[in-house]
Amino acid sequence: MIVHQLSVFLENKSGRLTEVLETLGQENIKITALSVADTSEFGILRMIVSDPVKAKLLLKEKSFTVNLTEVLSIITPNEARYYAKALKILSDIDISIEYTYAFSVGERSVIILRTSNTELAIKALQEHEIELLRASELYKI
Amino acid sequence: MEIWNRHFECMDREELRSVQGERLRETVERVYFHVPFYRQKMQERGLGPENIQSIDDISKLPFTIKNDLRDNYPFGLFASPMSEIVRLHASSGTTGKPTVVGYTRRDIATWSEVMARTLTSAGATRDDFIHIAYGYGLFTGGLGLHYGGEKIGASVIPVSGGNTKRQLQLMHDFGSTVLACTPSYALYLAEAIEESGLRREDLKLKVGVFGAEPWTENMRREIEDKLQIKAIDIYGLSEIIGPGVASECIFQQGLHINEDHFYPEIIDPDTLEILPAGKTGELVFTTITKEGLPLIRYRTRDLTRLHYEKCSCGRTMVRMDKCLGRSDDMLIIRGVNLFPTQVESVLLEMSEIKPHYQLIVDRVNNLDEIELRVEVDEQFFQDKIGQLMSLRQKIQQNLESSLGLSIKITLVEPKTLERSDGKSQRVIDRRAY
Repeated sequence: MIVHQLSVFLENKSGRLTEVLETLGQENIKITALSVADTSEFGILRMIVSDPVKAKLLLKEKSFTVNLTEVLSIITPNEARYYAKALKILSDIDISIEYTYAFSVGERSVIILRTSNTELAIKALQEHEIELLRASELYKI
Repeated sequence: MEIWNRHFECMDREELRSVQGERLRETVERVYFHVPFYRQKMQERGLGPENIQSIDDISKLPFTIKNDLRDNYPFGLFASPMSEIVRLHASSGTTGKPTVVGYTRRDIATWSEVMARTLTSAGATRDDFIHIAYGYGLFTGGLGLHYGGEKIGASVIPVSGGNTKRQLQLMHDFGSTVLACTPSYALYLAEAIEESGLRREDLKLKVGVFGAEPWTENMRREIEDKLQIKAIDIYGLSEIIGPGVASECIFQQGLHINEDHFYPEIIDPDTLEILPAGKTGELVFTTITKEGLPLIRYRTRDLTRLHYEKCSCGRTMVRMDKCLGRSDDMLIIRGVNLFPTQVESVLLEMSEIKPHYQLIVDRVNNLDEIELRVEVDEQFFQDKIGQLMSLRQKIQQNLESSLGLSIKITLVEPKTLERSDGKSQRVIDRRAY
């Protein structure tokens, strides 16, 4: 159930994000989700892509600092209370959220979570019958 | 136009050479018998004091470099017993050991003498108020100017550096006529005066003596224009004595070297051959009257050339051009000496980063700014903002604690610091000299 997210270090200068996307586009890598965390001087680009291992290699060849990070993904009805319920399950067992981002598909929300303990988080969410997405399912969305 | 010491400053070249020869002979004798470092170096060359008779014999003597001072830290090159040393100064802000210099009572008198010449050649007299905004302390700037100012009988205001508001108030209330500080601080003060609403006619400034960092003719014009004063370039280094080694006169046609105390040579920094007058090379000094820390053929690393023609002011002392650069990669940032390798060694001690870096030096609002761009290493990159921010902070703290300089840190993508030919450019200095 672990999903490998692609994380890329980006300097704040124009054209860098474009270069990442073009590099992946040339090899037909698909992007399911994307978010950028930014500070005044640099940013971190986080993406769920169709082939993270290949994507990492492609970007490394272009000298980007890139890493694969373990995250998990759940799918819920797109109402806040379902998101809240999932987060509460984790906070009840002292698992903290390092960051999260989400997007909707029709009536449903896909939520990406980076937690302090991915394996424990997956176990707890499964026990409470929260629907988790496998990497293979996620890439197809 | 006053000359402080007409006897020496206007001495005939032949007579001067004989004085220099005599003083060199005494200095060599002194270091041979009192400084094991020099005795050993001379013996290795089969030299004794008897081989040095005239100033021309200086070419037989070995060179001294800054590292020799560090290797003999703190007092190993002193030629006087500590009971004779009345003052110690040290270079600031560099890693490892500072460079320590010691003065006997006579050295302090010599220093006061050459500083009196400097101030007089800038046009200062006993009627002036000398506003000394050089730092006081281990740095030689403040105290060097101070003793010279007292020697000529001027009213000395030892305000030291910083606290610009108070500087302006005292300058106004006391009626300062001579400003002594670094050229970049002079420009900073000029802007502060403008902003304060003080009118130029409320100030009595007429001349400034500026040194301790390289500056251009453009900067000189800007200072002279904004402060409406004559800006005089002065030169010195603590190893030789501090300020007072050389100074411009009011004709501003090169800096007169006090060569009856500090004998200059210009060498090719690669072959170490002595170059003829007018040729650009590395400036080398031999102190020929110092007691505490006499140095033989000390390599300053400053690049310049010498002119022996008589100056319109009447002085015969040789003139050097404004320094044109350095024969090593030392940077001077806000008066602190910095070698890029010092930054590198701090980075090497940190396992989280690779020492791929670039230093960018610029002058913003007339003050030096330094930025370190350092590559983020993939092995350390774990996609958390907080981790990168704390890494940045750690680099900054480590640099500040070992270099005494606050450096702005920017994290950059790997390999962005490489140049097209694959060779990295470690330093980009955007300050215009």
